[in-house]
Amino acid sequence: MSAVTKADTAVRAPAPEVEPSSDVANWSPTWTGRLRSAGLRRLPPEKLLPDSQPAYVQSAVYLFGALTLSAFGVVVLSGMVLAIEGANWWHVSNAGLFVNSIHLWGTELFFFFMVLHLWGKFFMAAWRGRRRATWITGVLAFVVSIATAFTGYLSQQNFDSEWISTQAKDGINATGAGAFWNVLNFGQMLLWHVVLLPLVVAVFVGIHVLLVRRRGVVPPFALAARGATGWSDTTEREDLTKDEAAEATSTEEVASK
Amino acid sequence: MSKRFNPDRDVAEWHGPAIRYDLLKEVTVGFAVVLVLALVFAVVFSSPDESAITLQSWSKAAPVDFVQTAITELDGTSASATYGAPYNHTPGTGQQLGPISIERAIGVHIPLDTSRAFVIDPLETLPRQPALTSAIRQYKSAPAKQQTAWTSAYEKVVGKATFNGALHVAPGSYGPVAPMMTALLGMARSGALDGALTKTPQLYGTDYTKPLLFIADGTYMGNVAQSRNLLGNQWGMMNETGQYPGQAWLWLYTLWYQVPPMNSSSNGDVEVWAIMMGLTVLLALVPFIPGLRSIPRWTRIYRLIWRRHYRSLPPVSS
Repeated sequence: MSAVTKADTAVRAPAPEVEPSSDVANWSPTWTGRLRSAGLRRLPPEKLLPDSQPAYVQSAVYLFGALTLSAFGVVVLSGMVLAIEGANWWHVSNAGLFVNSIHLWGTELFFFFMVLHLWGKFFMAAWRGRRRATWITGVLAFVVSIATAFTGYLSQQNFDSEWISTQAKDGINATGAGAFWNVLNFGQMLLWHVVLLPLVVAVFVGIHVLLVRRRGVVPPFALAARGATGWSDTTEREDLTKDEAAEATSTEEVASK
Repeated sequence: MSKRFNPDRDVAEWHGPAIRYDLLKEVTVGFAVVLVLALVFAVVFSSPDESAITLQSWSKAAPVDFVQTAITELDGTSASATYGAPYNHTPGTGQQLGPISIERAIGVHIPLDTSRAFVIDPLETLPRQPALTSAIRQYKSAPAKQQTAWTSAYEKVVGKATFNGALHVAPGSYGPVAPMMTALLGMARSGALDGALTKTPQLYGTDYTKPLLFIADGTYMGNVAQSRNLLGNQWGMMNETGQYPGQAWLWLYTLWYQVPPMNSSSNGDVEVWAIMMGLTVLLALVPFIPGLRSIPRWTRIYRLIWRRHYRSLPPVSS
């Protein structure tokens, strides 16, 4: 390697500005570009943050989803305050007991609204028209939420935790899971409660909400005497694999034009 | 080939009018409403926080029950000592579903020898107790048959023991067992046993498996739970202390423990879990299950939910 002297650099001409390649259009798509395109294709801004809804969205039942999300927010925020002060805080401080009470009642409200949301969506058959994944992620969020609340009860360090853990161990052990998921181990349950399970709930809730935004709110059942009941060009049928493939093809066609 | 339209699976997408909607406002107002509700409930009802039972509080409140339990831990006849997987190898244990026992198949992962872990090891941590040290040595070096003779004799009479500052057990041939039990009771009442059972090689400890199993083997905690309506047959799985809703969402799980054959089956836990797992899968797969997915259309409750929409439709032409 040759040494570069001051004289060399002094006489060297400034580097020319890099001009953009003329064949950008021919570049193969990057991962980032593909992700952006897919995101915009599936969730354009007007779908992600809508300021209008179909006219049939007029019922208190539609509020339960938003109220569930709101209660989840209250639970997470109050849980964060409890985490900041530590596990013993709420046993020895009035302020801590108050925050713990908000956490408890936030959880009760979360489940109350979530169950109403679930039943409401069941009786609306909200899985119709390519919305099966929305239903399934909602059920998964519900199930993981139960496990999250359960570990919360185990992490209270009081008689409730003690009694629930010693009774629940038999059920968990009977499934074989008790060998690895020890409900009598406070440290393990606390970490599952404050890190792992809330993360899983947040992921399922996030996917669920994005799917709701993407697919929209399920339309009412058509009344036989008043509207279309048959399969027609104006109706859509769910086939997730075919739908995704068709969307990808149409996008590629648009891009190539 | 196109499939026939199925009203429980397919839908005529909406191409009608839209109404104004503010997602951000809905979420913000919703959050405020829920926060206010939680604050009000917190102020009015607070939250339960009944102190946990410790080995110390148990041995002080019910010393005879403590010793009755401790002797079964020493001779290996307590519920924990004979539990089986995941704590120890005990033939004939392990709940099974038909011919399958997952519990047994996975085996011992949290090894527990109650005689050593709950009695002998903690007693050996007590300093400057030559008589006790000698008693422990005598017990450990005795043949199993002799150990059983001592503990069985003690077990027969300890239920009638009394406590008035000291434990009084009717005289008998208990060998070293009597001084060991007296020392363990003293250790528990001082609080030292709680520390000994959570001791780890590190300074910090967060695993309460041993003290919780020991406490649960006694009758004291069960009696306290019964007085607070927390037993399994009192729907205790979903209750908590005080007048609080508890885990009301576990009502279905708890229900199965109240009905035959699960309420009396030795495999009740695994049977209830199997039912609940099956029902959870069914719930997740409702959109795919003919009949189940038609319930909303058959019950017509949707007419109530969308009543304003249906009212707004043009009248049927005759």
